[in-house]
Amino acid sequence: MTTLLAILIDGAIYASWLFLVAAGMTIIYGVMRVLNMAHGSFYAIGAYSAASLVSWYFSGEHGGPYWSLLILPACAIVAGAIIGLAIEQGLLRFLRGSDEILMVIVTYALLLILEDATKLIWGVNPYFAYQPYKLLGQTAFGAHLRFANYDLMLIGVAIVIGLLAWAALNRTNKGRLLRAVIHDREIAIAMGVNVNAMFAATFAIGAILGALAGALTAPAISVSPGIGVEVIVLAFAVIVVGGLGSIGGAAAGAVLVGLSRSFAVHIAPEIELFVIYGVMFLVLAIRPQGLFGQTLARRI
Amino acid sequence: MQSKLCNSHHTFRLSAIAATLSLMAAVSTGANAADNGKYRIGVVTFLSGAAAGPFGVPAANSAKLLVEALNNGKVPAPYGKKGINGLEIEMVLLDENGGATKQTEEFRNLVQRQKVDAVIGYISSGDCLAIAPAAEELGVPTIFFDCGTSKVFEVVKNPKYLFRTGLDSVVDNIAAAHYVAEARPNVKTIASIQQNYAWGQEAWADFALAFSRIKPESKVVSEQWPKLGQGQYGAEISALSVSNPDLIHSSFWGGDMEALMLQGGARGLFDKKTVVLTAGETGMEHFKGQVANGTILGGRGPFGAFSPKNALNDWFRPAFIAQFKESPTYPAYKMAQAILGLKAAAEKGAKAGAMPTADQVVQGLAGLSYEAPSGTVNMARTKGHQAVQSVSFGEYQFDAKSGKATLTKVKTYAGECVMPPDGTAPADWIKAGFPGAKCN
Repeated sequence: MTTLLAILIDGAIYASWLFLVAAGMTIIYGVMRVLNMAHGSFYAIGAYSAASLVSWYFSGEHGGPYWSLLILPACAIVAGAIIGLAIEQGLLRFLRGSDEILMVIVTYALLLILEDATKLIWGVNPYFAYQPYKLLGQTAFGAHLRFANYDLMLIGVAIVIGLLAWAALNRTNKGRLLRAVIHDREIAIAMGVNVNAMFAATFAIGAILGALAGALTAPAISVSPGIGVEVIVLAFAVIVVGGLGSIGGAAAGAVLVGLSRSFAVHIAPEIELFVIYGVMFLVLAIRPQGLFGQTLARRI
Repeated sequence: MQSKLCNSHHTFRLSAIAATLSLMAAVSTGANAADNGKYRIGVVTFLSGAAAGPFGVPAANSAKLLVEALNNGKVPAPYGKKGINGLEIEMVLLDENGGATKQTEEFRNLVQRQKVDAVIGYISSGDCLAIAPAAEELGVPTIFFDCGTSKVFEVVKNPKYLFRTGLDSVVDNIAAAHYVAEARPNVKTIASIQQNYAWGQEAWADFALAFSRIKPESKVVSEQWPKLGQGQYGAEISALSVSNPDLIHSSFWGGDMEALMLQGGARGLFDKKTVVLTAGETGMEHFKGQVANGTILGGRGPFGAFSPKNALNDWFRPAFIAQFKESPTYPAYKMAQAILGLKAAAEKGAKAGAMPTADQVVQGLAGLSYEAPSGTVNMARTKGHQAVQSVSFGEYQFDAKSGKATLTKVKTYAGECVMPPDGTAPADWIKAGFPGAKCN
């Protein structure tokens, strides 16, 4: 019984983290048709920014410890917005309409550049922002099983972000305009929609979500070179399982991958490495466009 | 005209390209074939990737410090002679990141195009196993300064040009098993969490075998195999918690190790359990209050916080701290002793002021006993090509008031106690009950 409970809670926590990592990437693809490999760098920049600011915050008497929980999203919003807008306006807008494969290569080059840039700025030694992680205490489930409340909080954060993204797309005028752009960019332009502004805002929001995932993860990890590259493969697996460009798909993919991995860790840890890609293989074999992916019309 | 087509091919095409790109890494290096009369050493260590921070950069910094100090004649006796045999040392520093195939190409470039006189390097077991036969084929003195795998001298059974001046992971884990049995005699159930690649798999196999031989009544209750660089260990920590072992063994290193200790500590995993971190010494300056006092740490030899007091260490440690603003951890010590071993070997065989030949270096290093900041290094195994040194373990203690971490209850195991004799497979030696081991 304890093992079953552990599988479910671990799966939910891991799925929440996967969703946070993948949400920005799938939004950018859904709107702009850019499979953004540099998303891992946004994650890394968010993590480094949060770790630096939290370290600074706790190095002196700057206020109560609980305020540090607000530093995490604040620095993600600032760092993500700056880097997202800079990349979209400084580079990607000149490449709009280019082949999707070319955009993968361009954003991969960005990933490499930003990886080295983070090393130039923060060096190769690890950064820690552990204080917020312990701040919320722990909850016991039985005699031996305890969870950090910070991790449980991530489940709530992921649900809120998912609902906000859904509501923004489906219940606001801007969201309706964005859906119009997704369905047919040319008609949207003809109807007077400012597509340039839509793309810039979308890329910035995607970058902010990537940086937010990094900032919220920073308190639980050692922030060191290479963390961005690690998450990009996972994020990619999740959005392919869910269907490229679908928020609901990213959520479903995250839950499926999270629970499968958690089950493997507890029941058959030797296949843990395989299980994520095993799920991806099975889903794509049965439904090549992913769980929520839509069949596209190709213009001839 | 429009036709409805499934976009599966499109998804697959994007997937293939994205997956390939995400796994690629490329670093280019320039070649320089000039023969300038200097003694040219190729130094290969991780300058990028996850292993750079904890291992590669401290090792590279150590190499820079040693080369500069040797060229200026500032290293204490017996290394006072400038450079190597009076010749200025020129260092060619390369990044080890990129995988074994790339490293083999880079190694050939170093030897054939850049004309290095010797190569010192390699941390990754995979790189070491790929480089070992190439070193023998090309006939250049090659010193593995770290390289934990016990398979190196299985790949090259009769080495001439290949040396290792550090210990393998078998030694670490046999010593860890002895330490746990002595310091925690009541341990009955053990669990493991290892990075799922050669290093982690070998470390756990050796520890589990040695501990079961020393304490036959012990039982393994959980084995966890997360991916290298995973960073998130929530499910693994739950599995370890549910299995409720007395002891958790891990060969984790770098950011993975620090993340595991942080996440496990916040969930109370270590409250009533002892943890052994065989490579834990590299994290001592970062752990602070995140690691429970009493955690057992190893340093892969008498290095870093375990290093002895001697004239060379009295120079090396303060010089490293002064230049790089951090304490030298075990990779820095291992690099220093590889360079000093090369210098001692080259100067043993060559005429004063003459360029040492490859044969003079390898003849000088085989079976050599020389001094290093970590103490005396005896090249006494595998026909004088493998170093023998002691291994130490101790318990981590952090003082919140001073903010300083120390090691207590340190025990040192002589090489003769924890190293299998020549020609005996480590597993066979352990199963046989460590015959011939000379332990105090």
